[in-house]
Amino acid sequence: MSDTNQLLEEITGSEYKYGWTTNIDTETAPKGINAEVIRFISQKKNEPTWMLELRLKAFRHWLTLEEPRHWAKIQYPAINFNDIIYFAAPKPKKQLKNLNEVDPELLKTFEKLGISLEEQKRLSGVESSIAVDAVIDSVSVKTTFKEVLAEKGIIFCSFSEAVQEHPELVKEYMGSVVPYTDNFYAALNAAVFSDGSFCYVPKGVRCPMELSTYFRINSAGTGQFERTLIIADEGAYVSYLEGCTAPKRDENQLHAAVVEIVAHKNAEVKYSTVQNWYPGDKDGKGGIYNFVTKRGICIGNNSKISWTQVETGSAITWKYPSVILKGDNSIGEFYSVAVTNNLQQADTGTKMTHIGKNTRSTIVSKGISAGKSNNSYRGLVRINKGAHNARNFSQCDSLLMGDKCGAHTFPYIEIKDKSAIVEHEATTSKIGEDQLFYCNQRGIETEKAIGLIVNGYCKEVLNQLPMEFAVESQKLLAVSLEGSVG
Amino acid sequence: MLSIKNLKAGIAGKEILKGINLEVKAGEVHAIMGPNGSGKSTLSNVLAGREDYDVSDGQVLFNKKNLLEMPPEDRAREGLFLAFQYPVEIPGVSNINFLKTALSEIRQYKGLPPLDTKEFLKLVKEKQALVEMQGSLANRSVNEGFSGGEKKRNEIFQMAMLEPTLAVLDETDSGLDIDALRIVANGVNMLRAKNRAFVVITHYQRLLDYIVPDFVHVLYNGRIVKSGTKELAMELEEKGYEWIKELAPAV
Repeated sequence: MSDTNQLLEEITGSEYKYGWTTNIDTETAPKGINAEVIRFISQKKNEPTWMLELRLKAFRHWLTLEEPRHWAKIQYPAINFNDIIYFAAPKPKKQLKNLNEVDPELLKTFEKLGISLEEQKRLSGVESSIAVDAVIDSVSVKTTFKEVLAEKGIIFCSFSEAVQEHPELVKEYMGSVVPYTDNFYAALNAAVFSDGSFCYVPKGVRCPMELSTYFRINSAGTGQFERTLIIADEGAYVSYLEGCTAPKRDENQLHAAVVEIVAHKNAEVKYSTVQNWYPGDKDGKGGIYNFVTKRGICIGNNSKISWTQVETGSAITWKYPSVILKGDNSIGEFYSVAVTNNLQQADTGTKMTHIGKNTRSTIVSKGISAGKSNNSYRGLVRINKGAHNARNFSQCDSLLMGDKCGAHTFPYIEIKDKSAIVEHEATTSKIGEDQLFYCNQRGIETEKAIGLIVNGYCKEVLNQLPMEFAVESQKLLAVSLEGSVG
Repeated sequence: MLSIKNLKAGIAGKEILKGINLEVKAGEVHAIMGPNGSGKSTLSNVLAGREDYDVSDGQVLFNKKNLLEMPPEDRAREGLFLAFQYPVEIPGVSNINFLKTALSEIRQYKGLPPLDTKEFLKLVKEKQALVEMQGSLANRSVNEGFSGGEKKRNEIFQMAMLEPTLAVLDETDSGLDIDALRIVANGVNMLRAKNRAFVVITHYQRLLDYIVPDFVHVLYNGRIVKSGTKELAMELEEKGYEWIKELAPAV
């Protein structure tokens, strides 16, 4: 394998494609966290008093909590929360009315990322367009297709805007799935969150296009703390996509987001993530700490929430998109591909809490570890008393590339109802020299062969993604694993 | 087409091939027979370029190019095909996708544009018929859950798709029942062509009833100890490998 090793060494150094920064005039809060900073953020956003009160309450609670550093299988030095800038926003030249007034540098930034903030596609009659909310550092810079969606009664806007325009919805639902008391980072987020996306799909409406939020961290020394809230009213359907990238920096940057999903009776929400935060260099320097709380509640009968994630970035990923299955016959799904290379660490999985009768959940987790990385699946399936005939199927597969990485599985199962049926399958495999040689012998070079094999391994999950995301993910997987067999 | 001179190779420091000489011309079918442990599989692996094997001496020219200097994928792109004794499974990768990737790579190497989907599917259909393969197999993951016979048939199907100039069949007959053997052999026979050569490696003579070779070589203890025409295979079948041991030089 020495030749392959050499080749791999060379390619492992391959560049993170999104590692550049943009020079944008940025307004920031002073470093550190205290009541003043929180007031500053709230004031910057022109928030009503109730929101500021909520932030301060969360902050006071956060002060009583300890950083959770020990239960997850990840290692990193303690974070100095006073060394982070909690608010950074591109300075608007004036109030934005349309796209022409957006800072051209910003437009270029998103263009470079392959995100279109133009709505022309739609105008020229192409139906497959995607509505985008673009968030850079702490604020949303542009939400597209708002008007088209509004015609159907769908609200899709930045979180800040929702606070101003739809306070009743925000008040009702914010914190209803992930309260600030939930965990350390949820409390932190509730105190300092700056922006994010908000989506409400009214009764009986099928959202006609994919909605997406694109998150970009740009400024140095800042953390990103966004909140996303999605509400699908009775019988509504929405498919939501999330993408993220960040520049290459030597420092670790913190991303602590909260995503809440509420699905009412007969509603369905599909949430897909392609996470490509900067993973740090091959010596483990820099990269994003991705500490995220994502949870949905199937509050009404026959509702469904489905999480699909492709995680390739971040120095550390710590995230468990979960579903509370409260309504009878509700369905929760979790499809995940988590890739770690070099010195990346991932501790990710899901929680499925069955409360209603005949609730079903499916978990398909595919971990891929390469380099010296560590990849853990951690999942909890809880069947509460009274959740008659609840069913769960879990499948956790790990793929190892090379002999210096680790894969771990921590499945927790708590069953309080005798009628439950819970199945768990787990496999660990290695990309075999035999498989690679077989591909080589058919004229396929090693790099391409790895891509092929890995994509085959992840097929079940990738199939869940909307077409455009699936293609992007396939490429992303190949790039993330370049040079990882040795 | 293929010229092997004094090839010495081994694995993990142990010399297995101890000086192989073989000339294969376009259009010819050569059978290499030998008892277990004689070096048959080592020969096919060394030709295909598996990394675990070390070549210590000798030369292999393939279409006048130094084969041993090429990485395995380039050997394949130059037209060398190995039908594996134990084809591996690649879960989640459809046979079709796998072949399309392989074919595109080979065509790109030759400076040809990739086939469009319509042409490709036409080719698939045509070649599937050659090995009496059902359409569903082409859509299934590469070799996953295939029976032994299906795997071997799939090898021949891939060979038909990739149209190599030299095909090495490594014990393709092992584990096949008589019907599968016939189908596989038919596939090979239909691919026999003036510009294509075959090296058929086998333990038993029975495959050679179906694929009639122009030349037969007996490999024993890392050397070709006897060469002849198809009658040699018969003689070998009759007298057994013990007979060959007497012919071999003392080690």
